[in-house]
Amino acid sequence: MDLSFTPDQEAFREEVREFIRTQMPPHLAAKAAVDGHFEHEEVMEWQKILYRKGWVAPHWPKEVGGTGWDAARRFIFSEELEKAGAPTLSPFGLAMVGPLIIQFGSDAQKQRFLPKILSGEEAWCQGYSEPEAGSDLASLRTTAVDDGKGNFVVNGQKTWTTYGQYADWIFCLVRTNQTGKKQTGISFLLIDMKTPGVKAVPMLTTGHTPAFCDTYFDNVVVPKENVVGPVDGGWTMAKALLGHERTLIAAVGTSTRALIRVKRIAQEHGLLADPAWRGRIARLEIELEALRMQNYRALVGAQLGHAPGPESSVLKIRGSEILQQAMELAMDVMGPSCMAWFTPPGVLSPSEQWIPSAFNYTRATTIYGGSNEIQRNVIAKWILGLPAQA
Amino acid sequence: MDFELTQEQKMLAESAASFAKKTSPVERLRKIRSMPHVEGVEQRHAAKADPRNWEPAVWKQMAELGWLGLFYPESVGGLGLRFFDASLVIEKLGTTLVPEPYVASVVLAGWALLKAGSAEQHAKYLTPMIEGETSLALAWQERGSRYDVTSVKTVAKKSGSGHALTGEKVLVLNGHAADHVVVSARTEDGALALFVIDPKSKGVTIESITTMDASRAAQLRLEGAEGVRLTGGDAQVALEWALDLAAAAACAEGLGIARTVLDMTNAYLKVRKQFGVPIGTFQVLQHRAVDMFVQTQLLESTAILAAVRADEEDADERRRAVSIAKVRLTAGGKYVTQQSVQLHGGIGITDEHDVGLYFKRMQVLCTLFGDDEHHLTRFASREAFATTVGE
Repeated sequence: MDLSFTPDQEAFREEVREFIRTQMPPHLAAKAAVDGHFEHEEVMEWQKILYRKGWVAPHWPKEVGGTGWDAARRFIFSEELEKAGAPTLSPFGLAMVGPLIIQFGSDAQKQRFLPKILSGEEAWCQGYSEPEAGSDLASLRTTAVDDGKGNFVVNGQKTWTTYGQYADWIFCLVRTNQTGKKQTGISFLLIDMKTPGVKAVPMLTTGHTPAFCDTYFDNVVVPKENVVGPVDGGWTMAKALLGHERTLIAAVGTSTRALIRVKRIAQEHGLLADPAWRGRIARLEIELEALRMQNYRALVGAQLGHAPGPESSVLKIRGSEILQQAMELAMDVMGPSCMAWFTPPGVLSPSEQWIPSAFNYTRATTIYGGSNEIQRNVIAKWILGLPAQA
Repeated sequence: MDFELTQEQKMLAESAASFAKKTSPVERLRKIRSMPHVEGVEQRHAAKADPRNWEPAVWKQMAELGWLGLFYPESVGGLGLRFFDASLVIEKLGTTLVPEPYVASVVLAGWALLKAGSAEQHAKYLTPMIEGETSLALAWQERGSRYDVTSVKTVAKKSGSGHALTGEKVLVLNGHAADHVVVSARTEDGALALFVIDPKSKGVTIESITTMDASRAAQLRLEGAEGVRLTGGDAQVALEWALDLAAAAACAEGLGIARTVLDMTNAYLKVRKQFGVPIGTFQVLQHRAVDMFVQTQLLESTAILAAVRADEEDADERRRAVSIAKVRLTAGGKYVTQQSVQLHGGIGITDEHDVGLYFKRMQVLCTLFGDDEHHLTRFASREAFATTVGE
């Protein structure tokens, strides 16, 4: 039993810190220091800096432009970026469709898509959810019909398309076969957002950031070579994709950062001398430390090659709950000023400026990526072996 | 970073699990537990094996397995392992509520003796306990002292070559059965010190009381009782360290309990039928069971953290880890045991069902060696708290 990172891993951590300190441009660093909100262009700017360093895809194999790092290094890297308040790169290309193409894509698909995902030249979004297909994803209705000329013709609507308005490509689950069980007959299709008939319409979140779109497909012609894996085999693709990077799902670095921010704001309001406030913050910090240990155990399991199993649902559930609680605590330490909404500079401190918006958006963490209720269903079935509902 | 158990650790855990299951199943606790305040109700196990509430023969057996000296240096008769190894045993003892005073005697009183006693005192008091010949108790609490080891009114006056102790100690775990009791007291110059007393000696009155968890403790009255001062180390350091170690032990035991009742509850959900179906098909109960599982996972993570840090020299790191685990024990341990009672329904609050025994032991563990409030405050009072997270 050993709870410390090796000297080698600690040296790597220092290298990452040093990189962030020296390579993050001042205008990004200034925002990071006060946990400001990064615009899309700023995120892409940061992606290019990581790309030039060769660190943009920690979890990809070396031969396709990844780092070849083991799970521990990936965790340390991610934790340090999160703790520094660095812009969060869009996961849709790098963490989702990229690894799927690496695993199941054709050579042509690999050559066509992977380099531009790495460089940030092409941004991606995800077309899974539909108005009538949320947690019950397999009930999706967007259709792709073979036109007999080497294309699928896509019709339907996707929703909650995160940052669809900035994306060049979308990966979709579409129905290619209406017969059989609803999980069969689904295909995994890559669609160029510039194709005629595709329209992404941003909607406002409660945090008043345009984080999501409704995405419409009206007779969109997509070449059949854009299917990843077998036609009608998309459900397997979707499940494989869920298995990637499960050890980072708890976002302990993000919550660590959020709690440091809570303490900073509490300090600004003179609350840290009050044992009651210290107690409240301490209680959440203890929950985070428990999660951190839980994450370390999963991480070491991954290092040893244990497949990320349903246990990662524990990380998702607790990680999202703790992050929400941290944002709520941030609101509470702000006191009455937490009601101020996108006010001009000077009304709130720079640390506080984005809290009310982020507090609202953070409610999404227990919903996206498989809602926490779905995660509980997963544990009930696969770990506790409880019988299916009548 | 490494969370795999070594081959030796796996064998140790397996042997403790087998001991708990075969030598001391819950049924044994039921036979020897004390049952005051039970009148007019059928008592299934009225015959009591021993007024101690535990059995010297079993204690001796645990000594022969090496468990009573696992994490003590070889110089005092121990095996020279780490406290983490002992935590594996303690967790398994928790799974069947083994009544022998492992935590009270080996962890709490033993560690105080090790840290505060001289080599000669170790040989006299600690080694016989490690050999299973004696058991020990640590009398550190007084009325109203709660968890403050320095809140001591008991006085020790020089008397001949030794000291005469006067005062009152409460809730002394294993105090009703111990061969030697380590007592905290203030000397005439106001210093906190530890003394060993013989509970059968003049001036010592012991009132044996029953505790909620089917165990016993003692109220100790000292009126000029003869005490031998421990002279090998600082009393406050020894007391605080012993309590940290005991709190880590409580977390390990609590983990054993949580795992056991989670399994019991999960099994029950699959067989208990209502409305014509197993109640485990109901999503509201499934999710409750999942939350019990999540809490048990977190208890495991923090119990490991506390057990690894508990015998480390770095007091700051040790306190931080132990307080994290103890606060979590209260949050998670109570949740798991309370929900196990709830999900068992009416049968869960009968004395006949084991789930209530686990529930009560968990409640006691949450209170022992610093409760939630105590450890939360201690965690939040650290100097580093204001500016760092997770360092």
